[in-house]
Amino acid sequence: MAITAFLTDSTLCIGCKACEVACKEWNGVGEDGLNWSGYSYDNTGAVGHSTWRHVKFVECAPEPGFGGNAPELNSWSFSSDVCKHCENAGCLEACPTGALVRTEFGGVYLQPDVCNGCAYCVVACPFGVVQRNPDDGRAFKCTFCYDRQKAGLIPACAKACPTESIKFGEIESLRRKATERMQELQRRGMRDATFYDASDSSVGGTHATFIVRGDPRTYNLPPKPEVPTTYLKKAWTSSAIAAGLLLAGSVIAFLSENRSNGR
Amino acid sequence: MSEMPKIRPSAAEVDSDRELKLIEIRREAEQRGAVAGKGVRPAGAPFPMASPETGYYGVPLLKEPAWTWEIPLYFFVGGAAGAAAVMGAIADYTGADRKLVRDARWIAAAGAVISPALLVSDLGRPARFLSMMRVFKPQSPMSVGVWTLLGFSGGAAAAAFAGFMRERYGPSLPLRVIENAGQAASLLFGLPFSNYTGVLIGATAIPVWNQNAGELPIHFAASGVSAAVGMLELLGHRKSRALQLLGLGAAIFESWEGWRIESRQQPGLDPLKRGTSGWITRAGGVLSGPVPAILRLASLVGGRKNQDDFRRWAAISSIAGSLITRIAWVHAGHVSARDWRQPLGIG
Repeated sequence: MAITAFLTDSTLCIGCKACEVACKEWNGVGEDGLNWSGYSYDNTGAVGHSTWRHVKFVECAPEPGFGGNAPELNSWSFSSDVCKHCENAGCLEACPTGALVRTEFGGVYLQPDVCNGCAYCVVACPFGVVQRNPDDGRAFKCTFCYDRQKAGLIPACAKACPTESIKFGEIESLRRKATERMQELQRRGMRDATFYDASDSSVGGTHATFIVRGDPRTYNLPPKPEVPTTYLKKAWTSSAIAAGLLLAGSVIAFLSENRSNGR
Repeated sequence: MSEMPKIRPSAAEVDSDRELKLIEIRREAEQRGAVAGKGVRPAGAPFPMASPETGYYGVPLLKEPAWTWEIPLYFFVGGAAGAAAVMGAIADYTGADRKLVRDARWIAAAGAVISPALLVSDLGRPARFLSMMRVFKPQSPMSVGVWTLLGFSGGAAAAAFAGFMRERYGPSLPLRVIENAGQAASLLFGLPFSNYTGVLIGATAIPVWNQNAGELPIHFAASGVSAAVGMLELLGHRKSRALQLLGLGAAIFESWEGWRIESRQQPGLDPLKRGTSGWITRAGGVLSGPVPAILRLASLVGGRKNQDDFRRWAAISSIAGSLITRIAWVHAGHVSARDWRQPLGIG
């Protein structure tokens, strides 16, 4: 089976939200409610249990001559966010039931029939993707369209994307495509184009990669995401010291008591 | 030919600078055919912008913990029960007062029953608790914790039950085997059980928790010890020198821990120092650290009657401090998750 990935190219995104709709339609994900956030045209805010694809509307201060923008216009770019399907996935490591698994396509899949809603994956995700659905009780996130991939189809969001901003394919060929695209963007004067796949962090790269304009932090992409297993050694060492102190303290305390009682 | 309507502002419009500006613009357009100025800023302007300084409109990247009120209470009960089991077993092995051994066991057994109930009721799907028994994952503190809890609960409950049966129906070999094996298991599992919750929240993506991953387990262990000592003292063991020693040690450690939190300058630690979560942390710290430490030291020098009173108040303060400390850490985690700056490395 081929290892697959997403490449979401914000320079091609037109903010139509077809990916959000296609995802909800295919996966039967419930509605989010109608809320006006005031953040450009984004009224969903972030990926969550009911939003597996989320289009970010990045409205920035005007920068004259900025990659084809008219000088007096704000730059306005869009980027479709999704579960990153980390190489070292915090949620997958943290899950105590084995509900979260690595699929043969390299994605991270949450088996809803196993999940018991302990919500430990929620605090283990450095990208804030997994969330517990308060009505259902279980955690939910993007499945990487595991069912469609199994049937040889591409994920619903990539299929619905009208501009091929969401590209899907075998990971190595997609990386080559990303490199070519980056060079093309440079040639066309978009020197601030950035490729994001978190491969320089403990997450060890992601199966959902992005091309964005400017600082990835503007798109809520963390510069240094850490998989929480990196803290395990420090924490368990502390736990062992604590256990040792408790044991030694109790022995000393009760032995000294007995001595003072004259036994 | 119809006449142009006369532009005359009403009294309410004159009050508004924006309305006056609109009228000015209209006049300028009429007279010159163009407007040179910049126009009007709409109410609420400037609109939110995304930038490397504001992140994505300041929308938090991380998700808040979904845990409900059961979890901080579980941290408190589990910590006290684990520490009580260890103290009870050591007290038994060193031949201490039988009543103290028995009471420590009952505290452990009560915790062994309450802890799983709290944990299960927090699950989104409580009926699927058994999904946890499908696997053992050493890299998941939650998985390790669940198996530790299982071993601890079984051991502590068996020891207390067998002890009760022995007292009621007299000693027998099977009861002695169950009692001893249960106690050994409650000691073995009680050691990690009293502090693993520090690992549980330390090894997460929440900044205020993972920045303290190396200290939380010891901090939680000390909190558990002071609560267990307090409970035993309230059950009447206010003359035990061993409990006094353990309580004093825990209170001194908790005082140091509080000082450490207050003195370290790190933006990620703000939830422990500022706002409501900061004051809850401070309240928990003072009640677990300096207050019982001073009361215990005072009880060493005071008369017999005062000694008893001082230790009772030290016990009450430690128990309250331990509970508030657990609530404070969970609350600080929520505040930390809402801080969009931390994970983006801004500010």
